Amino acid sequence: MSEIEIKRLTKKFQVNGDVINALTNVNLTIEKGDIYGIIGMSGAGKSTLVRTINYLEKPTEGEVLIDGINLGELSEKELRKKRSEIGMIFQGFNLLEQKTVLDNICFPLEITGTKKHAARERARELLKTVNLEEKEKAYPSQLSGGQKQRVAIARALATNPKILLCDEATSALDPQTTDSILSLLKEINEKLGITIVVITHQMSVVTDICSKVAIIDNGHLVEEGEVEKVFASPKSDAARELISGKLIRYSPVAELESGRNIRIVFTENSAYEPVISNVILRANAPINILKADTRNIGGKAIGEMILGLPEDEKIQEEIIDYLKDRGLIVTEVNEGV
Amino acid sequence: MFDEKVIAMILEGIRDTLYMTLVSTFIGYVLGLPLGIVLNVTRDEGLKPNKIIYRILDFICNIIRSVPFLILLILLIPFTRLIVGKSYGSTATIVPLVICAAPYIARVVESSLNEVDAGVIEAAKAMGANNFQIITKVLLVEGKTSLLTGVTITTGLLLGYSAMSGTVGGGGLGDIAVRYGYYRWQTDIMVVTVILLIVIFQIIQNIGSRIASALDHRKR
Repeated sequence: MSEIEIKRLTKKFQVNGDVINALTNVNLTIEKGDIYGIIGMSGAGKSTLVRTINYLEKPTEGEVLIDGINLGELSEKELRKKRSEIGMIFQGFNLLEQKTVLDNICFPLEITGTKKHAARERARELLKTVNLEEKEKAYPSQLSGGQKQRVAIARALATNPKILLCDEATSALDPQTTDSILSLLKEINEKLGITIVVITHQMSVVTDICSKVAIIDNGHLVEEGEVEKVFASPKSDAARELISGKLIRYSPVAELESGRNIRIVFTENSAYEPVISNVILRANAPINILKADTRNIGGKAIGEMILGLPEDEKIQEEIIDYLKDRGLIVTEVNEGV
Repeated sequence: MFDEKVIAMILEGIRDTLYMTLVSTFIGYVLGLPLGIVLNVTRDEGLKPNKIIYRILDFICNIIRSVPFLILLILLIPFTRLIVGKSYGSTATIVPLVICAAPYIARVVESSLNEVDAGVIEAAKAMGANNFQIITKVLLVEGKTSLLTGVTITTGLLLGYSAMSGTVGGGGLGDIAVRYGYYRWQTDIMVVTVILLIVIFQIIQNIGSRIASALDHRKR
């Protein structure tokens, strides 16, 4: 049985008499133990989607199943019980400012009626997990952003949830802190086997920790699959845009007007071979490197390049064939992208 | 300057003023706090939006608050007599003070609770908290600094109103100021009572803001 199943989910909002479709017919299955990324530009509907997983937002149509249980069929009381089994962290941390770190972590346990002594013991244990043992008496205002998010993670884990929802959890943090929070999430996933759903607008977050990804564009799920595959050969415009970033669209590179642009992706093996040098020597023609980048996807180094090819069509074909022979993934790039 | 009788009278005035102010603040909160919570909860962005309840309470609060206190004091004389048995003296004054304070307190409480970060409330919901838990464990806890500031402001307001009730025989320092200073032209007694009112007001404000900032953990 899948951990989370979203079936034909549609969410409509009424704003000043107008109906806005936040999500349209979304189908999504998330397996136990996955770190699942849901990525999209702001306003795409991803935050609404994650809130339907614990029914903070009730779907207009469609179903959400957790462990096979349809949340729409639960009573308010059963739903609250279910919610306590799903942890959630937020972009703004949302800690109780008037409570100490320890009391913040005890809070979800207090709600579910755990005895105070047992709750404190559990909270201290979790502080150890997130490496903040010395801050138990501090108040949130005395912590840095990264420390606040660690407290929020500890708090979300207090009730031993099977699922952890992360809503833009690293968007308010600097790159270094982001890395440490992401590796903490990964560690939690591996140690505790918790299914993690990561909502983000940053491709780097997905490539860093996620095993699978879904791309949300304008309320529609446009693409999903293993991160490696989606990254190597994105099919939707939204995916391409998220992978390349907007930079390349607006850089003067587009005005170079080389005959034809291609995107190549280096997989693990080909990254060691000097493919570009070889292809230039072989075709005896200049190649323009428009963009180059290497990323760590699931522990593998994967490189991408966008090349501007010479105008001669015969040479173009020769180059593309050679690159394909070397095991690279070659795709056409539309003008300006 | 004053003989013993006058000093005893002023001391009694201080006692009566404090009695009226503190007791009416307390009873005012017994009524106003739940009212303020209901206003916060039933507003459009609240935990349980309910337009009808909100509008009714909103209307009542606005009506009472828009009646000048002195008029309310006179209008309520029959009601006060019904409850306390007489319409003069410090205990009788508590009735109009409470009626005046409760809707004011409800407003102050509502706005304090409205300030509580919606994200924290959402987090509590995500943990499976019910509305009662959110009110008692999130709204009242996170809003406590602002709520305490509200208590201080309300106490100051009621101190002033209790003095105003002196014009209709309400007891306390205001009563002394009106009887001696206004009707008998004894300016010195009036000046002393006014100074005492200012001092009491300052002490209340000081204690209130000290407690509020000591309990606030947001900035430090």
